[in-house]
Amino acid sequence: MSSQKFSRNESVYFYALVAIGLLFALFGFLAMHAMEEHGHIITGMNNQVVWGTPHVFAIFMIVAASGVLNIGSIGTVFGKTSYKSRTPLAGLLAVSLLAGGLSVLMLDLGRPDRIIVAATHFNPTSVFAWNIFLYSGFFGFAAVYLWTIMQKHLNMWSKPAGLLMFAWRVILTSGTGFIFAFLAARQAYASALLPPLFIVLSFAWGMAVFLIAQASMFAWNCTAVDATMLKRMKNLLGTFVISSLYLVAAYHMTNLYFAKQTAFEMFFLRDGGVYPQVFWIGYVIIGSLLPMVLLYLPGFGGAKSVVAASVLVIMGSFAFLYSFIIGGQAFPLSIFPGYEVSSTFGDGQIAHYAPSVPEIFLGLGGLAVAYLIALVSNRVLNTFPHDAAVASKNDD
Amino acid sequence: MIQNQPDHRQAEGCNSPERRDFLTKTSIGIAGLAIAPGMMLYEVAQARPAGEPASNKVRWGMLIDSGKCETGCNDCVTACNTENGLSGGTLDTDSQWIRKVQLKDTLTGHVSSLPMMCQHCENPPCVDVCPTQASFKRADGIVLVDKHVCIGCRYCMMACPYKARSFVHEVLTDQKTEVPRGKGTVESCTLCVHRIDRDGKTTACAEACSKAGHNAILFGDLNDPQSDISKRIRAVATTQIRSDLDLNTGVRYEGI
Amino acid sequence: MKMVIRIAALLLSVWIASSAHAAESHEFPKLDIGKGGQCVEDPQLMRRIHMDLIKHQRTETMRLGIRGGKYSLAECVECHASTKTNSVVGSNEAFCQGCHAYAAVKLDCFECHSTKRKQPLEAAKTAETGK
Repeated sequence: MSSQKFSRNESVYFYALVAIGLLFALFGFLAMHAMEEHGHIITGMNNQVVWGTPHVFAIFMIVAASGVLNIGSIGTVFGKTSYKSRTPLAGLLAVSLLAGGLSVLMLDLGRPDRIIVAATHFNPTSVFAWNIFLYSGFFGFAAVYLWTIMQKHLNMWSKPAGLLMFAWRVILTSGTGFIFAFLAARQAYASALLPPLFIVLSFAWGMAVFLIAQASMFAWNCTAVDATMLKRMKNLLGTFVISSLYLVAAYHMTNLYFAKQTAFEMFFLRDGGVYPQVFWIGYVIIGSLLPMVLLYLPGFGGAKSVVAASVLVIMGSFAFLYSFIIGGQAFPLSIFPGYEVSSTFGDGQIAHYAPSVPEIFLGLGGLAVAYLIALVSNRVLNTFPHDAAVASKNDD
Repeated sequence: MIQNQPDHRQAEGCNSPERRDFLTKTSIGIAGLAIAPGMMLYEVAQARPAGEPASNKVRWGMLIDSGKCETGCNDCVTACNTENGLSGGTLDTDSQWIRKVQLKDTLTGHVSSLPMMCQHCENPPCVDVCPTQASFKRADGIVLVDKHVCIGCRYCMMACPYKARSFVHEVLTDQKTEVPRGKGTVESCTLCVHRIDRDGKTTACAEACSKAGHNAILFGDLNDPQSDISKRIRAVATTQIRSDLDLNTGVRYEGI
Repeated sequence: MKMVIRIAALLLSVWIASSAHAAESHEFPKLDIGKGGQCVEDPQLMRRIHMDLIKHQRTETMRLGIRGGKYSLAECVECHASTKTNSVVGSNEAFCQGCHAYAAVKLDCFECHSTKRKQPLEAAKTAETGK
């Protein structure tokens, strides 16, 4: 369609996008209501697989929220001026994603009506409780950070605010990793590599989300991202994807050789049916190798390839989390090493899990919340990354 | 948790105020007697008087002899279900506070069975990870869920090395007066806390096991050197499951 | 125009006030008080602060293991469950549900706690078997 025709109907398109978001948010609300009414019996989750699809969505959004702010940090903390114009967009995306992720996490609780209890009863030994604190701090600091960035006379404060945000973000993502790393009894999770792995994953996922948002905004305004800038960001995405793959490999290798969790690794990487498939095809091939091809192979690497690679990275992130969270729980807990065990409670058996419609819509509803916040606030606030002024400076 | 009925307490002569008073006084005397350096005689396991909190002088526990536990016998599970008002269903979404586990040694082929439930750890991972302190350990070592503050996040189920906990997946009706349980919260073996607070004698599973003639479950106070359970764990080799995690479980096993 | 709005506002407030008066004169729910009898505190006080009393004791019983306190939910049910249905909920005449429905306060206790007397009364037993 011609750009003229587009600009004439621009606001109609905008409201159409809002309507799509609202529709999915409504579905999410209905799913939440059904789960609240009937209990978790209508989900695929059970006493063996206690965390399911909602957690895949929630953890994706929370980790990506932290990662997307990385683009802001590159500008303010590491002094790359060309990224500074991207900080407002990064900050807004971070806040929206965190809001979406937390809504899913909260609405999946057995008693979401008691969420206030989580604020009034604090257990200092629980990394979960710490995360509640870290998440709310993230919102607050992100708001302050955005303020110092977007208000000209407060710009001098943007560096300290950015530093605080950077530190907070690293701790927050580590905290998400620690939720799993502290599960000493579970073969799948107890690993010190998880916090750093989650940090690197957050860089990759956040960058992917940012690149998609950026591309849509430029397309909406009928312009293109500055070629040098796009190349830099493309290379960063590639680096993050390679680093994540490296840490994921290191995590499985240490499990195999150092921790001697051979049985679990065989299950996860080879014999576990759907979980190895999701891991190898979904995460390794679609989510890591294909994006690499799109980013680096001669002939690729243009604006469209970068967007396609970002979409694949996000698909890969869901595959990674699905295999990690659900596959990790499906493998039977080793309570009696050296024994073959059986019971009525799934001892020694691979647990069953199939995602149900309500939990998928709950997750999609969370994505819709993030999408709506980002969509509306990007229209209201001036977050568009202007490269023109930056390109001439060429600071690095 | 619901307190017991006043008339119930009065019905039991052993809990009359005079006797209670006498016991308290004598036990204070006994507790003062050091029988060996570093070793004290503690208060004899008895029902706590009304109005008195659970004491850390007591640590409730169980010793389960897998050698005496009969493969195929499910009496402890049935008794638990009846006592606590569980449905007895064994779907993935049904609560099971106690389950029979069949074991087969992969090298020798030796087959045994044992009941598995909350191990009432001294350092319970579920208590560590609970964001709202709904999972807690009572002074006398019983690990419980305060369902008034449980938000149903299920992190404790992820953290428990024994898969001892269940999540209530659907709306419940007809709960037992003494065992409140409800949708959206996590639950597990309470060591029959309502019975223990009433008379300090035994749990439903241990009682059913004795009734069936197996006597595989021995309940008692681990802190009282004179209790049957303490004498037994001094005399024979017993194990804690997943002892590598250093949780100091209140439930110990022999014969595995 | 302003005058019209003012008169309309006046009329509206009179109407709201008069309907509020109607609510005041509205009859209290007819509750089935069950066995009834002497309560552990003055009924007027119980109406106001029973939740605080129960909540305080629940924490002590749950966390510390103090049994036999005065303000027990089980004892509420024991006295106030309907003599016909043995329950404190189930209809808007039932002791707990009736008043909570009237006051529009969520009744959360009985999602977990038993709504019934431990031992059904004889009257209720025959009523049940008679069905």
